[in-house]
Amino acid sequence: MESSKPLYSGESLEELKQDILKKYPTKVARKRAKQIIINTIDEKEKVPEIGANARTIPGILTQRGCTYAGCKGVILGPTRDLVNIVHGPIGCSFYAWLTRRNQTRLKTPDDENYMTYCFSTDMQDSDIVFGGEGKLKTAVQEAYDLFKPKAISIFSTCPVGLIGDDVHQVAREMKAKLGINVFAFSCEGYKGVSQSAGHHIANNGIFKHVVGEDDTVQDGEYKINLLGEYNIGGDGFEIDRILSACGIKVISTYSGNSTYDQFANSHTADLNTVMCHRSINYVAEMMETKFGIPWIKINFIGAKATAKSLRKIAEYFGEQKLIDTVEEVIAKEMPEVESAMADARSHCEGKTAMMFVGGSRAHHYQELFNELGMRTVSAGYEFAHRDDYEGRKVLPTIKVDADSRNIEELQIEKDSARFRARKTKEQLKTLADKGFTFKDYKGMMPGMEQGSLVIDDISHYETEQLIEFFEPDVVCAGIKEKFVVQKSGVPMKQLHSYDSGGPYAGFRGAINFYKEIDRMVNSRVWAYVKAPWQKNPELSGSYAWE
Amino acid sequence: MKNTALKKEHYEATTNACKLCTPLGASLAFKGVRGAISLMHGSQGCSTYIRRYLISHFKEPIDIASSNFSEDTAIFGGGANLKKSVANVIRQYKPELVGISTTCLSETIGDDVPMILNGIRHDADGAPLPPIVHVSTPSYSGTHADGYVGAVRALVDALSIRKNHEIEPSMVNIFPGMYSPADLRYLKEILEDFAIPYRMLPDYSETLDGGPWTTYHKIPHGGTSVSEIADMASAQASIEFGYVTRKGTTAAGLLSSRFNIPAYNLGMPAGVRATDRLFDLLSELSGNLIPDRHARERERLLDSYVDGHKYLFGAKAVIYGEEDLVAGMFAFLTEIGITPILCASGGTSGKLAETLESLRPEGYDEPITVLQAADFGQIEDAALGTGADMFVGNSKGYSITRKMGIPLVRVGFPIHDRVGGPRIHHIGYRGCQELFDRVTNALLDVKQEATGVGYSYM
Repeated sequence: MESSKPLYSGESLEELKQDILKKYPTKVARKRAKQIIINTIDEKEKVPEIGANARTIPGILTQRGCTYAGCKGVILGPTRDLVNIVHGPIGCSFYAWLTRRNQTRLKTPDDENYMTYCFSTDMQDSDIVFGGEGKLKTAVQEAYDLFKPKAISIFSTCPVGLIGDDVHQVAREMKAKLGINVFAFSCEGYKGVSQSAGHHIANNGIFKHVVGEDDTVQDGEYKINLLGEYNIGGDGFEIDRILSACGIKVISTYSGNSTYDQFANSHTADLNTVMCHRSINYVAEMMETKFGIPWIKINFIGAKATAKSLRKIAEYFGEQKLIDTVEEVIAKEMPEVESAMADARSHCEGKTAMMFVGGSRAHHYQELFNELGMRTVSAGYEFAHRDDYEGRKVLPTIKVDADSRNIEELQIEKDSARFRARKTKEQLKTLADKGFTFKDYKGMMPGMEQGSLVIDDISHYETEQLIEFFEPDVVCAGIKEKFVVQKSGVPMKQLHSYDSGGPYAGFRGAINFYKEIDRMVNSRVWAYVKAPWQKNPELSGSYAWE
Repeated sequence: MKNTALKKEHYEATTNACKLCTPLGASLAFKGVRGAISLMHGSQGCSTYIRRYLISHFKEPIDIASSNFSEDTAIFGGGANLKKSVANVIRQYKPELVGISTTCLSETIGDDVPMILNGIRHDADGAPLPPIVHVSTPSYSGTHADGYVGAVRALVDALSIRKNHEIEPSMVNIFPGMYSPADLRYLKEILEDFAIPYRMLPDYSETLDGGPWTTYHKIPHGGTSVSEIADMASAQASIEFGYVTRKGTTAAGLLSSRFNIPAYNLGMPAGVRATDRLFDLLSELSGNLIPDRHARERERLLDSYVDGHKYLFGAKAVIYGEEDLVAGMFAFLTEIGITPILCASGGTSGKLAETLESLRPEGYDEPITVLQAADFGQIEDAALGTGADMFVGNSKGYSITRKMGIPLVRVGFPIHDRVGGPRIHHIGYRGCQELFDRVTNALLDVKQEATGVGYSYM
């Protein structure tokens, strides 16, 4: 937070908010009012309460996806040696077929990679009427016969829960028969309010069925897991490069560039570092309870945030050798970053951005915009919960509604044989005295400026209202919003797929992002299309002789 | 990774589907109605996935609302949600039509959508509502191509009424297949050049391929209006495109049985002979000769066939996609000397093989290998080792052509790894010309790359 003077006055934002709300019927307006918040931050970093993780109103166009998308598409899609079978009619499997740009890197050309496949039971009328369990068993058998994979996972789509196919029973049966791990997810699309429910279901499933399957203790110092990093556009590769230069060993990544074995062995790490708090904090919590691995929130989006995260990891391990290496790496990387930053900043400073995306990206990317001297006037998440906005301190006050109760909470206990406290009480005290905090996520709002506007689950209509009000220089969201923003004459950056760009994480990623945003907001193409508030576009001007 | 052979006669499971789901096709058709908003009755994931998929091809804003089922809706029925969602889209969009497609979810629980809609009309108590058209599209039955045809039929079924007993002389209904916006614009140009008055459904030539906006458009401009659809009942004739469409399932078929309007069924007008059939029919219906500039376009095309034939002859292609597209590309490729060694579709009409046989050009005696209701797993098995020189189809064949090291000439839907999908011409002399150049150049490219010297002269 750079200045205490509000970005916009409370009155002007309130007027905008009322303008938006008056188009809705009373009940809808009342609900949306809780999800549209003018950001204020008090001395204790307390921010106003926001309505989040509540059902979208039918007929209001949302950015959100479904439970299946969160489970199969997001969390388990990037694991390359897992055969994912989608149980249901064809669409759901087709739409999740290589549509996220998670990259993966095989160790040898002969390694398994099933990410390029889309397996489905392709249910037909008769399966809906008579049940699809038989077909599912056959599909699992076929996948086994073909590939002899380490593991097979099954994902349920909407009709499966309704017709009562017992996917978990099929999984158990096939696991016993084939002698490989087979597990299923009840991630029917209608189960939650957004893909967030699917993340939770996926976390539970991996934890229940995979984590702890392999107790091998690997060589290497400073062993961590990187949670909630999906290797879009190669982000994970850049983070791996940096961590490896620092001498930090990554046991597993959830789930970019991941393999089944990494998950199975992940409980042997000594620290969990959490990138996307929303999608993966459940696994971090469960690993702490069962195996004693503490977790910290880190962020590798933004050069300064990257340096800060590296220092935090080094501080946790507390060895001078690591602290020195981390400082050397930062010192080596920063000159190039700073020169690119200064160059882009000279063209971008003072411009504004809006971001409506994900459950952590709308927060993390503000770091990069800050580095460019650009201000985030409005931001919001698609599928976050209140803690992602206001910080984990509000967790005890979050009301659990019917939709959240639908999602199983695993009762995790200490694993008496394998639980190992990673730090002694004295060590924890020393860290705490130095101000080191575990499982601490402050959320997006305390980091945003006073007088910015925060909106949860933004609708199509609201996006348009906001573009008119803020006249931003760039909007970040996903492909569904991309063309409506661009048609309005505003540059739009996709933060789900990166528009085939990236990586944007780490130091080199930051450089890529500075250049990309500089190119976009200063491209001459915008002179040719007219934004509503632009007066004289070059191409639709009148001819001189008229 | 290891080249895993998928070979097996028949798999229960589908590996890499060569079809999309039915409600996607319905949404595409609804985009061709003026002022229409599409609404899916089911889980919000369906509309989100289908929107993001259509958008990645068309690169245009595409709004599809949802009735947003939750767990209790799935248990207690979706009536309340559908009512709420219809009210909300009408309030927000002020649409001229609401097009409702169902999903596996609402179909599986057996929601009676017509009854719910009657309830909505009843509750409106005379207050004006836009027409609300419903098409049943469970994705466990048929493919996106069926959803498209079904939605067009549903629109005509619900809206086309003969107001008086007059038939509008020379007025023609046009029901195009799932062609590109550029194809639809070209089709309209042809009709206008013939001076044939027409009504075309759907017409997404502008809604899915438009310019930048000076003001915000809730619903993009363009499309066939509700009153035009109504008047389709008084046309002189209907022309529908589609080689495999089942009799009695189409809009033209319905107009024929309900209002006695003669229906002419043409396949996809791809290739010279199929296009000639279209032009002959238009000539017959209008009484006008083939317009000069189209005649010249045809001549230039034939001239290029002659110039290019030596680079193409004997080349082998794999064709895949919707059945109508596969048949169209088969007719075109066999005509220019390319052998389609494999013709595959995820379509389930069961009529692809006989259709291709009926399109076999005189003197063409190669065996025609057809995979019906196929997936890319089967296509890959069948294509590997055939010595295919190219694939002709949508972006989804890329992983196979990459493995085989051969070019992919992108046609049809979806094309999400290139720009310009909506601007590709597939039909008519113009489409032939464009495809002919692209196909020939793809082969020349390979040849040029393969020479040690790198000749740059043909």
